[in-house]
Amino acid sequence: MKDQHLVTLTVNGRAHELVVESRKTLADVLRQDLGLTGTHLGCEHGICGACTVLIDGEPARACLVFGVQADGREVRTVESLADGDELNDLQQAFSKHHGLQCGFCTPGFLMLAEAYLSTDPDPDREEVREVVSANLCRCTGYQGIVDAVCEVAQDRRRAGHA
Amino acid sequence: MTRWVGNRLPRREDARMLRGAGRFTDDVAAPHAYHVAFVRSPVAAGTITHLDVEEARGMPGVVDVVTSADLGHPGLVAALEREEFVETTMPLLAHDRVRYAGEPIVAVVAEDRYAAEDAADAVEVDIDEVPAVTSLAGAAGHLPPLHEEAPDGVLVDLEMFSDDLIDEVLDQAPLLLEETFRSGRVHASPMEPRTCLAEWVDRDEQLVLTLSTQVPHQVRTGVAQALGLAERKVRVIAPDVGGGFGVKCVVGREEVVVAAIAARMRHGVRWAEDRQEHLTAAFHGREQEYVVRAGFDEDGHILGLRADISCNIGAYSAYPFSCGVEPLMAASELPGVYKVPRYAARARGVATNKPPTAPYRGVSRPQIVMVMEGLMDKAAARLGIDRFEIRRRNTIADEDFPYLGVNGITYEPGSYLEALEKCLAATRAAGWWEQRDRTDDGLVRGIGIANFNERTAYGTATMGMRKMQMTPGFEVAHIKMDASGDVVVTSGTCGHGQGHETTFAQLVADRLGISPDRVKLRQGDTDLTSFGWGTFGSRSLVIGGGSAAVAARRLADQVREVAAEMLEADPTDIDLVDGNAEVRGTPQARISIAEVAATVHYRSHTLTHREEHLLEARGTADPSGMFSNACHAALVEIDPGTGDVQVLDYIVVEDCGVVVNPTIVEGQVRGGVAQGIAAALYEELAYSAEGQPLAGTFMDYLVPTATEIPPVAVHHLETPCDQTETGAKGMGEGGSIGAPATILSALNDALRHHTETPGTERQYADLQHLPVTPAELLSILGAAPSRQETT
Repeated sequence: MKDQHLVTLTVNGRAHELVVESRKTLADVLRQDLGLTGTHLGCEHGICGACTVLIDGEPARACLVFGVQADGREVRTVESLADGDELNDLQQAFSKHHGLQCGFCTPGFLMLAEAYLSTDPDPDREEVREVVSANLCRCTGYQGIVDAVCEVAQDRRRAGHA
Repeated sequence: MTRWVGNRLPRREDARMLRGAGRFTDDVAAPHAYHVAFVRSPVAAGTITHLDVEEARGMPGVVDVVTSADLGHPGLVAALEREEFVETTMPLLAHDRVRYAGEPIVAVVAEDRYAAEDAADAVEVDIDEVPAVTSLAGAAGHLPPLHEEAPDGVLVDLEMFSDDLIDEVLDQAPLLLEETFRSGRVHASPMEPRTCLAEWVDRDEQLVLTLSTQVPHQVRTGVAQALGLAERKVRVIAPDVGGGFGVKCVVGREEVVVAAIAARMRHGVRWAEDRQEHLTAAFHGREQEYVVRAGFDEDGHILGLRADISCNIGAYSAYPFSCGVEPLMAASELPGVYKVPRYAARARGVATNKPPTAPYRGVSRPQIVMVMEGLMDKAAARLGIDRFEIRRRNTIADEDFPYLGVNGITYEPGSYLEALEKCLAATRAAGWWEQRDRTDDGLVRGIGIANFNERTAYGTATMGMRKMQMTPGFEVAHIKMDASGDVVVTSGTCGHGQGHETTFAQLVADRLGISPDRVKLRQGDTDLTSFGWGTFGSRSLVIGGGSAAVAARRLADQVREVAAEMLEADPTDIDLVDGNAEVRGTPQARISIAEVAATVHYRSHTLTHREEHLLEARGTADPSGMFSNACHAALVEIDPGTGDVQVLDYIVVEDCGVVVNPTIVEGQVRGGVAQGIAAALYEELAYSAEGQPLAGTFMDYLVPTATEIPPVAVHHLETPCDQTETGAKGMGEGGSIGAPATILSALNDALRHHTETPGTERQYADLQHLPVTPAELLSILGAAPSRQETT
């Protein structure tokens, strides 16, 4: 017998009621039950960060969280960032600075950076390198990712203080 | 008139990836597909004595449990048509012997992945274990041999460019260097592990295999051969692919097993490996040893070079390229940018109880550059010649082109010396030399360089000399203009992060006088594209893009012909500019290309010469292969208290001919450099003496993060290539080729600079292996008194 639970979770602003097996990861719930396949699985050991989502605003590895643990929580995934076809500033900066190539790790970096930027940081480049070192990318060498996050941090501060 | 080639056009691929709307294999919905989990050998060598799958069969959710016998013992055979090659079979599932820890033995099929993994644990496998051979040194005479067909463990043994006089020349050389260089076993490790979905579609009489691959047609051939199907009955689709770097340019046995199960069950079946499977059971690369003798005259000119090259290829020859890839590349191209008058090489591929190897970004070039640059640095130090000057004296100069090398290769023009000088100037401008010479903070710094070339875009003529049974090279592109004037191009190349949807569109747009937004590249589907070889070996933009450019030029001729009739002009007087066809010199006499397209489709009765109907063309490209070149430089800093290395800054001067999109070229260079730094300082797939993998997660296999990789400044030189329609040369691998040698050169410079008193013998050996660990540096710096201390 599978150990099934009824959970209620809000994902990208929409409430869902789901029957979830206790051992099913949040990543699999998002991908398989909700069809939100932007959250990618790169290692399933909680190291690479490709599956990073926000739970109640905090970044978390969706491969290390069970779906049942998200019961009653607010989850944000990469699918929440753009407004239709209109990319947000962070997404635009990633493209402008060539912060992605194959695109597989990109959703994790975006969500990691989104959480970091929500703290209204005033970072230098070294701090941003430190922050994004939480996740792994194999294509870019990270330069474009760091450039993008630095630029958005500055732009948002400028806009916030204007 | 807008020209798109050379433009930093933003990537067409980005928006979908950034929205999380990329469509990778595991994102493709197949609600009722079964999931496979593999039971893998827990030991590196032995014979299976007992296999019991009955308990697993009875587990909840299990649909089937499949052994090699259930499939009829199929296997994959990679072959070189050479006498020096021993053909072996890689069974899809091991059935008698196991040859590496992680080798698949049983496939468990269940309703979901969780159930499949539970049941895999319940399969009983007894193995009569025998001692494993893991190293090159241990391979000779090891019993029992890994493969009965190769009693000495050597699967390929090549003597190339024999030279009766070379030993005499070397023995008499004023300076004879006898050196050994080694590189560790590493992993391409793209962020998306291997994954596939196989479904049988009755209507099309097809097995449809969706998977993360660089080479859809080669997978089709491998699956068709292994399962005994006509190739039309296998359709391979590569949707978005999350990186490859070579590990996905060969055919994985697991992928063929999943296809076989789907064909057998007539039901959808999928498999996705986790990172542990990927690190321990997918293809590895680069474990090599070079024993070299190199002679120099007093002025630093190289007189001759002899190399004995051994590649630890793991347990099997990977399909389709075989284990000959690394040895052949190494022996063929070792001399690099240098004028080596005498050369001989022996290159072997040695089987061991480790996972099989595949081509990994650069294929032996990272090692041969390490060897040649290491020899140059060492000879310079021994002869008291500046490191840059010894390179100037040996490098193929502009007036030497086309240069016929001792290895039989003709080198077409490059910018070898210009790149060296420009790179040196950039290090000076950046203030590196003053930084290196700082003595105020106790840190030890060094500057490394590597000047090298890489042959790219190998066509069939060149690949044919390797004598592979499957000889890649050409591409065929098709192009169609629809009634709205938009264009779809298809190519057998299969981009997976290189931005082909953008660069191919730039090439096509220039020839058709339309915006790249109106050009869509479709790739990665054996039913949609002509047969082609895929994306690897820095070939796609040159050969795939080159064939697309030819097709676009022919389509442009068709558009001009129709427009000429509509404008009552001569076709040779029609220019295609910014979406319009206009009469040269009379730009007001124009018609939009969309109107031309609509006329051809909907009102062809109004045209006189439309025997062909429609706007479609085909183009091919098959160059022999051309050399890109680059010079890399790195500034590194060693903490003598911990042995920790920081790469502070990095400069690349590269020449890949005509640059189609500088942003994309720079991205490829930077990503490659990161992988090269990784191989030099961080990554190694270590194994115990028993053949147990010691790196099973990213906690043990140290893919660098943003804090380990410095900013990389990229400077471009452009020596156009006359072999191709576009003038471009390949460039996907250069970053990872040059970086390991550059880092080693920098570490040796740091140690030499820190510990040596000029004019005295060194107290320790140069670093000539990859990776270099903090522990090694600590022991060297601890043992050798610093110059500051001794003076």
